[in-house]
Amino acid sequence: MKALGKILGGKAGAMDLLVIAAIIFVVFPLGLDIFRLNLVGKYLTFAYCAVGLVMLWGYGGILSLGQGVFFGIGGYCMAMFLKLEASDPVSTAHQTTPGIPDFMDWNQVTHLPAFWEPFHSFAFTLLAIVVIPAVVAYIIGVSMFKRRVSGVYFSIITQAIAAIVTILVVGQQGFTGGINGITDLKTLHGWNINTDSAKYVLYFVNGALLLLSIVLSKLVLSTKLGRLLLALRDKEDRVRFSGYDVANFKVFVFSLAAVISAIGGAMFTLQVGFMSPSIIGIVPSIEMVIFAAIGGRMSLVGAIYGALLVNYGKTAFSESFPTLWLFFMGLLFIGVVMVFPEGLSGLYKVHLEPKLRQLLTKARRKPASSKPSIENAGA
Amino acid sequence: MSFLSHRHASCSGSGKLKRLLAKSVLAGVVANGLFAVQPSLAESNIAVTDKEVVVGQLHSSTGTMAISETGAIEAEQLAISQINAMGGVLGRKIRVIQEDGASDWPTFAEKAKKLLESDHVAAIFGCWTSASRKAVLPVLERDNGLLYYPTFYEGLEQSKNVVYTGQEATQQVFAGLDWVAKTKNAKTFYLIGSDYIWPRTTMKLARKYIETVLHGKVVGEEYAALGSTEFGSTINKIRLKKPDVIYAAVVGGSNVSWFKQLKAAGINGGNQTLLTLSVTEDEAKGIGGENLVGFYSAMKYFESLDTPENKKFVSQFHAKWGANAPIGDVTQAAYEGPWLWKKAVEMAGSFDTDKVVKAEESGKITFDAPEGLIYLEPNHHLKTKLRIGEWESDGQAKIVYTSDYITPNPYPKGY
Repeated sequence: MKALGKILGGKAGAMDLLVIAAIIFVVFPLGLDIFRLNLVGKYLTFAYCAVGLVMLWGYGGILSLGQGVFFGIGGYCMAMFLKLEASDPVSTAHQTTPGIPDFMDWNQVTHLPAFWEPFHSFAFTLLAIVVIPAVVAYIIGVSMFKRRVSGVYFSIITQAIAAIVTILVVGQQGFTGGINGITDLKTLHGWNINTDSAKYVLYFVNGALLLLSIVLSKLVLSTKLGRLLLALRDKEDRVRFSGYDVANFKVFVFSLAAVISAIGGAMFTLQVGFMSPSIIGIVPSIEMVIFAAIGGRMSLVGAIYGALLVNYGKTAFSESFPTLWLFFMGLLFIGVVMVFPEGLSGLYKVHLEPKLRQLLTKARRKPASSKPSIENAGA
Repeated sequence: MSFLSHRHASCSGSGKLKRLLAKSVLAGVVANGLFAVQPSLAESNIAVTDKEVVVGQLHSSTGTMAISETGAIEAEQLAISQINAMGGVLGRKIRVIQEDGASDWPTFAEKAKKLLESDHVAAIFGCWTSASRKAVLPVLERDNGLLYYPTFYEGLEQSKNVVYTGQEATQQVFAGLDWVAKTKNAKTFYLIGSDYIWPRTTMKLARKYIETVLHGKVVGEEYAALGSTEFGSTINKIRLKKPDVIYAAVVGGSNVSWFKQLKAAGINGGNQTLLTLSVTEDEAKGIGGENLVGFYSAMKYFESLDTPENKKFVSQFHAKWGANAPIGDVTQAAYEGPWLWKKAVEMAGSFDTDKVVKAEESGKITFDAPEGLIYLEPNHHLKTKLRIGEWESDGQAKIVYTSDYITPNPYPKGY
């Protein structure tokens, strides 16, 4: 119990987590219809990337502008499984080659490519969603951090990777669905993912996994590893001179962020019903950094608020001002960065928390001071 | 999957957290029960009152596609305002809710969902790229909505929830190849397109038709990455192979570079036959008429079409959106959407999707469009003519050939 409290960041940390859990699991489902709830579910999948970025950038000091790649790996793995299930020979009977995904048929591909085969298995797919991004991040991480590539150079390289992966996915359309993405996904093991009840189930699974990944991140931060991350962010050389292999810690946190992002991607595919290259490229990757920045880059829970606020703003502005909404989004970003550079969590800590504490202590003092007076009256 | 969330709820150690999570799962189950009745309500609940019916418009007004989709947005709004001026549909004025797909496919899906599930629109006029249509399609089928889709496209699709007012690939390809083979005595063809599904499918059809029906030869087939602006090596190969016809389906910004580089290499309408499937008046404005002179486009509509119906449409369009607004094939096809919907609703006597679809599939709906009389076929596509236009320096095309009516065939056998 005490250990758990410590992991969650004491009373305040546990409270933050309780509040967001209450919002995700009680307030939204009771207050929103299924269409809006499904939208919130979509926003929350981006929060995974923001949580990963808080670990990577906020604590580790490594700014990745390519998290969309890992989001994409998770999303595409899930989409490949669902697409194979939707492409049974009966429902694709009108194709030149029945039994393969429709976009392959359009691109004159006549048999299922070998790398698609294992995605017939759900167990393999789930494993792939976690293992592939970890391996990819490990390879990128080792090849860069071991060579002491860091700072802005690392950011530029991750951005280049995002561009390369997008070009690859768009270019190899016979195997990936190209610019259309992988669409028309229907069932998961025969369970129709497009029904309202499925959307509820997926929303709750999504929320639970998101909170789980925050708890996992907090667990990491509560160990010596977490303190080392902070230390190498602030004085990398000193950590190195103390005898630690700095690169290993960086590779670890980069892989962790990658896996968390990929889980978000898989949940995106399930809730939105398709996967597209438009959410893995440079622009969405940078947007994910913005979510983390707006939430406050040192706050894991803040990342969720950041993702929710920005995406809500996108939806709300674009519904009300279909031609001008991008300008409002721009204003929101500039405003947040100029007025509260520490993001929403900074705003809370500097302005709200002291006031709340004042109120709390006042409330506590009152009964304490009134008690004796009652006793006095009694006497 | 629900198993996962339960397990999570029971293994999180803190008592408070546990109770809260358990409660929230419970709340979800309760809420689930409450909302489970919604879809049946939603389906019959089309936003229509005694005076008004709501429709949605879903194009990109921002992002890279905005430049192409603006014409469609304007044409649909023109048609709707004209229908309203005539008293609306079934006595109801049409109110439009416009949403922005932002050139982003997931956004298209989100907005389509919003239009159908929150606004309960009776129909959606929208989409331009195949990718956006593919993203919207599952939403339409789930919520049983109606989409009027204006772009010429690759075919291989026929949804009960979509009316395709542009041509599918066989309508655009075969008649055009026939014409060029006959009038230009063409035997060798060089195929070039942008690398995505529409050019790929179109060229697949074209190659088969050239080889089996026309007994010609394809001397090159090439695809340029979307957005690519470097055609030097392609042009060199073309010079080497000296094809009778360059058959092109290059789109977007690449189109501008493609034609400018052709001109710079000395390949022009005077010495080379080029037939393109992707240049309308909208693109011609961007490419510049002087770079296109003498080249041909295969489309169902050109702004220059010399009929009283079209002249009226062109002057109305220019009166509403400015005299310089070009009117391309897709713009005209988008204009047909609201009118066809009005006819289908009036035949059905109802806004109910299933009844409207039944009317659409009756084979009896026709419309006197600017391009001429069109027939809505039971397979949700239009029976129309194909025209070949020869580009002139002012960015207008002179119509040099008009085919007979071509029946749409979205799933061609043997291709």
